[in-house]
Amino acid sequence: MAKTINEEKVRHIANLARLSLSDKEVKLFTKQLGAVLEYFEKLDEVDTEGIEPTYQVIDGLENVFREDKVGKSFSSKKALSQAKKINGDYFVADHVFSKKTSKDRKNIDRKKIDEYNAILTEVYEKGTVGHKDLFMTEDVETTAASHVLDGYIAHYSSTVVELLEKAGHKTRYKLNNDAWGHGASGENSDYGPTLNPWDKKLVAGGSSSGSAAVVSTGQVEVATGTDTGGSIRLPASFCNVTSIKPSYGGLSRYGVIAFGSSLDCPSLMSSSAKTLRKYFNKVFIKDNFDSNTKSKKRDIKAKGVKKIGIIKEFAGKGNDPEIQRTFKEAVKLIINAGYKVEEISLPNAELGVAVYYIIAPVETSSNLARYDGVRFGNGREYFGAEAKRRIMLGTFTSSEGYADKYYDKAARVRTLIINDFKRSFEKVDALISPVSSILPFKIGQMSKNPLQLYLVDLYLSAISLSGLPTIALPGGFSKENLPIGFQIVGPRWSEDSLFDLAEKYQSLTEWHKRLPNNSG
Amino acid sequence: MDISKKTKLKPTIGLEIHIELRTKSKMFCACSADHFGKKANSLTCPVCLGLPGALPVPNKKAIEWTILFGKALNSRINHYSKFDRKHYFYPDLPKGYQISQYDIPFCEGGYVKVGDKNINITRVHLEEDTGKLQHKKIKDKEVSLVDFNRSGVPLMEIVTEPDIESADQAKQFAKKIRRIARYLDISDCDMEKGSMRLEANVSWGIDLGYKVEVKNLNSFNYLKKAIEYELERQNKLIAKGEMPIQETRGWDENKNITVSQRVKETSADYRYFPEPDIPPIHFTKTYIEELSAKMPNLPDDYENILIEFNVPEQFIDIILEDIHLAEYTIKEIKYSKKQNEKLSPQVIVEEIINKKLQPQKAIVGKVTKDILSKKQSIIKNEGELEDLVEKAIQQNKKAVSDYKSGKIQAISALMGTVMAISKGKADPKKTIQLLKDRLK
Repeated sequence: MAKTINEEKVRHIANLARLSLSDKEVKLFTKQLGAVLEYFEKLDEVDTEGIEPTYQVIDGLENVFREDKVGKSFSSKKALSQAKKINGDYFVADHVFSKKTSKDRKNIDRKKIDEYNAILTEVYEKGTVGHKDLFMTEDVETTAASHVLDGYIAHYSSTVVELLEKAGHKTRYKLNNDAWGHGASGENSDYGPTLNPWDKKLVAGGSSSGSAAVVSTGQVEVATGTDTGGSIRLPASFCNVTSIKPSYGGLSRYGVIAFGSSLDCPSLMSSSAKTLRKYFNKVFIKDNFDSNTKSKKRDIKAKGVKKIGIIKEFAGKGNDPEIQRTFKEAVKLIINAGYKVEEISLPNAELGVAVYYIIAPVETSSNLARYDGVRFGNGREYFGAEAKRRIMLGTFTSSEGYADKYYDKAARVRTLIINDFKRSFEKVDALISPVSSILPFKIGQMSKNPLQLYLVDLYLSAISLSGLPTIALPGGFSKENLPIGFQIVGPRWSEDSLFDLAEKYQSLTEWHKRLPNNSG
Repeated sequence: MDISKKTKLKPTIGLEIHIELRTKSKMFCACSADHFGKKANSLTCPVCLGLPGALPVPNKKAIEWTILFGKALNSRINHYSKFDRKHYFYPDLPKGYQISQYDIPFCEGGYVKVGDKNINITRVHLEEDTGKLQHKKIKDKEVSLVDFNRSGVPLMEIVTEPDIESADQAKQFAKKIRRIARYLDISDCDMEKGSMRLEANVSWGIDLGYKVEVKNLNSFNYLKKAIEYELERQNKLIAKGEMPIQETRGWDENKNITVSQRVKETSADYRYFPEPDIPPIHFTKTYIEELSAKMPNLPDDYENILIEFNVPEQFIDIILEDIHLAEYTIKEIKYSKKQNEKLSPQVIVEEIINKKLQPQKAIVGKVTKDILSKKQSIIKNEGELEDLVEKAIQQNKKAVSDYKSGKIQAISALMGTVMAISKGKADPKKTIQLLKDRLK
C-alpha cells in the first residue's frame, strides 16, 4: 500500500501550518506521522453508515447569544503591553510579503524552583492554590510551559482563577505541565520534565504534572489542571492524588489556554475527595464567557450510585499485574461496601485513542494558530517538538482531501463511542476501570516513540470524547511502592454521585493519605 | 485553438459584497464596534485580540439582522446553522482563523430585482472582520502596522450567482444592496470608511473555466470601470486565441486599470471545521416569522407606489436613495391627493427635490399647502397688475430709459420690482406682457 504521507506532503503541511521545519525534522515527522496515520487505519473498518458526526458534547445546547451591549475594552497601553515590537499605538508585524526569516531561538533558561521541577513561578507565599500554567493569571507570567510564551504576562485571569481568588483562595504557584497540555508524562514541558515525588527517576504523569507533584507532597491543598484526554487523571494516578475531571462544560474554559476545544475540561486535584468537593462546588458554574457551560441538564440532580459496571475492555490482561491486583482489591472493597458490580462492555471504547488523536490535534492545530509573535509572546519557531508534531498531525488530518477520511470519520466514530457509554448507563449508574495499564515509567523511556506514548491514554480518551465526569483516586501501591489509581465514570452531570462514591471509598481506605517519603 | 469561436461569449459577472453591521458591540465580544477613526488598538479585549484562552460569544442582534437581510433578498433561512473556523495566516487575523460560516450559512438562495432582471443570490453569511494593516518602512525595513480595533466587527457577506451581464448592471445591483441595507438600518454602507466592500468575479463565460477576481473596489464607479476594463482586457486576449488566466487583480484608481496581485498564496486550503466554542444555532419557524414581521418597507415596495403615482423615473431613483425621503414623499403625495385631486405628484416631487427638504424634519402637508396657496393667491386681475406695473415704472426711471434705448434685459429690473411690491404674487407671464405693452 502506498504511504499516506511523504516528505513532500510534510513540507506542504508545514507550510499550511506556518512552521519552518529543518530537513531533519521533515524526515523525522514523515516517519512518525506515518506510524500514527497507520494506526488510524483501524477506523477504516468501522461502519459509520447513517451515523451523525459529533463536534461538541453539550447535551443539545443551542442558541447561546450575547445581547448587543458594549462593555469595557483594554486601553491601548494594556493591549500593546506584551508585544515584542510596537510603533506608537500599533503592533508591528513583518511585512506580509516579506520572505520568512527563520530566526534563531533565544530560549530563556529557567531556574528550577523545587526539587521536582513542578513549580514554574511562585506567585504569593501565602497563597493556597496552585494553577497549571495553562490558566491565565492576570499580571503573572503564564507560559503553557512553552518557550513561545516565555515571559508572557497574562492580560487577564481565567474564570476559574477569578472565582477561587474571590473566595479567598489566592494563587501560590504556577505549575509545570507538558507544553500546551500535549503529553501523558510531563516530559514535553519546554522547561524540563516534572519528577515524580515517589521516585524522582520516574515521570509524574501528564500533562498536569506539576499539579500532581505539589498536591502529592502537600505543598498546596488544591491545584487546577486540565483534562483533554486524561491529563488530570494520569498524573493523579501516578502521584497518589484525587482528581475530578468534570463533565465537559462543567468548569469554564474561559482563560484556560486551549488545547482541544471540544474536549478540554478544566479540572481539580486534591488530597481527598472531600476536600476536592469543597473546592469543586466553588468553581462549578455556568459562565457567560464560555457558552458550552450552559447545558440545562447540569441542573438535574444526580440520582446516586447503586450499580457499578467494570469496563471489560480496560480491565483485562493487558494491564500490569500490580495494577490488576490493586484494581481487583478496589472492586472487592466496593462490593463489600454494598454496591452491586457487573461487567460492562464498551465495544468501541478502544477506538478512543485513534479518534482522540485525530480530533484533539485538529483542534490544537487551530488553537495554536494564534501564536504568531505579533501581539504577545514569541514566534512560531519557538514551538517544541511535540507541539509541532501535533500541529502537523492536525493540519494534515483536516486538510483538503484528507478531512473526510480522518476528521469527519473520527467525528462519526466519536458518536459510536458516546452511544456505548449511553447504553451502559441504562444498566449501571457508574463505571470503573484502572486509569492506565502501566505504572509510572522512567523519564525518557518512551520519548523516541510518540505513538507508544499516545497509547498510554487508552483508558482515558473514550471518556474524554464523551464529555463524561470522572474521578480518579488512589487505589493502592505496587510492590515498588508506586501509586496506582483507578477511575470512576458517571453519566454527564453525575458529579455529586461520583463524589459520594469516592468519599465512601476513601472512608474505607487509607491510600490517599500516604505521602511520598513518608509512607513507611 | 480559436477560443472566440468555441463558445458564445457573454460577460459573466458575480459579486461578493461585504457589509459591516452597525451593531453597538462586536460580533463575539462586548468591545464597541464603532471603530472608525478611533485611537489605534483602543477597542480590544482578550476575545478580539485573540489572546490565549479567550472564547467567542455571538452577538444576537448581528444574527437577527443577517436573517432579516436574507429575508429582504428573498433568501431561504436555514433553520439549523452554525459557525465554522476558516484558517489562514495574516497579521491582521489575530487567531489564525476567522470565525465564519461554511456549509450552512444563515441564508441561501434568493434574488434581487435590477431593472427587469432578477440577479440570483447564492448565499448570505455572517463572519468577523479582521484588523487593519498599514504598510510602512521603519528603519529601512518594510513592516506592517496592525490595529485591531476593527477585529471582530460583524461582517455580512453576500455572494451572487454569476448572473450579472454588464458593468452597469453590477453597479445597479450593488447600489440596490446598499439601499436595502440602509432601509433595514443595519449598516451605514459607507464605502470610504470601508463598511461596504466590493469584489467582482469577471469572465466571458463559465464554461471557459477561468474567472478573474477583482478586489479593492471602493466605489460603485470603480466597480463599473474595473469590470469594463476587465471585460475588454480579457476579450482582447480571447480574440488573440489566448485564454485569460485565473487570478486575483486589483483596481488601480490612478491608472484606471486592473493589475495582477501576484500575492504568493501558498494554498487556499482553509481547513474549515465547525467552531467548537459556539453551540449550534436553531431557529424555529415562529422565531423567523416574528423576525420577519419587523421587516420595514423595502425599496421595491416604495418604487411600486411611486410608479403608481406616475412619478417620473429619474425622480424615483433619487427619492428611493433614502428611506426617510421615500416615506415622506409618499405621505406628501397622499396628502396632496386629499387636498386637491388635480395636483400632480410630479409637482410635489419636484418641489421636495428642489427645496432639498430634510425628510426627517419636514412636516407632511407643508409642501402641498405652499403649492396650493401660491396657486390660489396669484394676482391675475389685469387692473391690479396694471397698477403694479405703473408703480414699478415710476420707481425705475433709469430702467425704463435703458429699455427704450434698446437694452431689453432692463425689463428684468422692472419685473423684479413688480414681484417685490406684490410679494411674489404677480402672475409672471401676464406681468411681462403688460410691461412690454406699457413700454412700447
